[in-house]
Amino acid sequence: MKLGILFSGGKDSVYACRRAMEKNEVACLITLISENLDSYMFHTPNIRHSKLQAEALGIPQLVWHTSGEKEAELADLEAAIFAAKNRFGLQGIVTGAIESVYQAARVQRICRAQDLWCFNPLWQINQVDYLRQLVSEGFRTIISGVFAYPFDESWLGAELTEERIRILEGLQKKYKINPSGEGGELETFVLDGPIFKKRLNVLSSSKTYANFRGFFTIDKLQLEDK
Amino acid sequence: MILLVDLCYEKDSLSQCEFVHPIFDTLKRSGFSGEIRHFSELKRREWERYDRIILCGTALKDNYFAERIDLFSWMIECRKPILGICAGMQVISAVFAGQIVPQPAIGLETISIIRESALLGEPREIDGYHLHNFGVTLPEGFLLLAGKPGKVKAFCHPTRPIYGIVFHPEVRNRGIIERFAGLPS
Repeated sequence: MKLGILFSGGKDSVYACRRAMEKNEVACLITLISENLDSYMFHTPNIRHSKLQAEALGIPQLVWHTSGEKEAELADLEAAIFAAKNRFGLQGIVTGAIESVYQAARVQRICRAQDLWCFNPLWQINQVDYLRQLVSEGFRTIISGVFAYPFDESWLGAELTEERIRILEGLQKKYKINPSGEGGELETFVLDGPIFKKRLNVLSSSKTYANFRGFFTIDKLQLEDK
Repeated sequence: MILLVDLCYEKDSLSQCEFVHPIFDTLKRSGFSGEIRHFSELKRREWERYDRIILCGTALKDNYFAERIDLFSWMIECRKPILGICAGMQVISAVFAGQIVPQPAIGLETISIIRESALLGEPREIDGYHLHNFGVTLPEGFLLLAGKPGKVKAFCHPTRPIYGIVFHPEVRNRGIIERFAGLPS
C-alpha cells in the first residue's frame, strides 16, 4: 500500500513514518506550514526545516501552506491530502496521533471523504515506554518548544535522553502532563535516526523564553553524511 | 490466557498497532496475559486453549473480515466469554444471524447504557470513541445493553457471556476491557 505521512518533523510523525516503512511503501511526506503559532492541528516551531529532514530521509515531500485558523486549516489539510493522493497515487495516510481524539477524528473524516485508508500506528501507546523506545532505537530528538508549567529554559534545545524521560515521567505523575507533549506541552524536532540516510546538524540557533513558554529556533541546519 | 483476535485485513498489518496492541497493553498492565492471533489462522477448536476471547476492531476502510464470516463459525460452539469490539461486534452479530448495516460514526459520542450488565455496569451515560462505517442489528434473542434498536451500541447473548460493543474501549474506557478480563469464565 502506498502511504503518505502527515509530517511535522517532530518525533511522533517521524516514528509513525518508521512504523509505516516497516510494513508498507512510504511514497511521500505531507507537511502543512501554519502561519498561526498556536495552530490547533499542526506543529509549528522549525517546520520550515522539515524540507531538510525529508531530504535526510530520502522521501519526497509535499508542502502546503495554511493560515492556521481553526476550521480553515482543516480544509487546507484536506486539500493537501487530496493533492498528495493525486500526485503520488496514495492509498492511505499515516498520522503520529497518540491520544488526541480531536486530531485523530478529523483526519479519519478527511480520509473517509477521500476514500483513503487512515493509520495511526502510535495510537494509545504508553508514552513513557514510547519515548524510551525512540531513544533506544537511535532517534536523536531535541526539544524545540515548551508551552507549559513547569518547563524551564533548560529544556529548549535539550536532547531527549533517558534522564529527560525520567523527569517527564515524574512530571506526568505530579502534573498530569503528557510525557510525549501531545497535549501541546512540548514540541520536538528529530535530527537523526535509523530511517535517516543522512543526519542533521544544528549550526546555529536562538532561544526565546518567558513564563513557561519558549521556542528553540534553528537558524542554520546542515545535512551530514552518516 | 486471553486470545486477542486480530480482524485487520492482513496478518501483522500496520493497523495492528492501532486496534490490537492498545488492548494487549491494557490487559498486560492490569496483570492479564494475552496472545494475538490473526482471524485467518484460527483453527476450529483452538478457542479451547484460552480463558476468554476478544475480537478487536479494524480501520474504517477495513471490512475484509465481513467477507469471511465463515471463519468464525467456531463461535457457535465456543463456551468461553467473548467480547467483540466494533468489527468484532459485527462478526458476533453476523454469526448469530444478525445483520451488518451501514451506520458510519467517527469520534466521541454519548452512549446510553440502558440495561445493567457485568460488562458495562448499571444504566448511565458514558462517552465512547467511535470509528466505523457499519453497525449491526440485534441478533434474535440478544439483549440490548446500550443504544436503541435502530442504533445498537452494546449487546449481549441472553444466556452466554458473549458481548458486543460498537465503540472502542481502548480509548478512554479501558476499565471495560479490564472488567471483561475479570469476568467469571
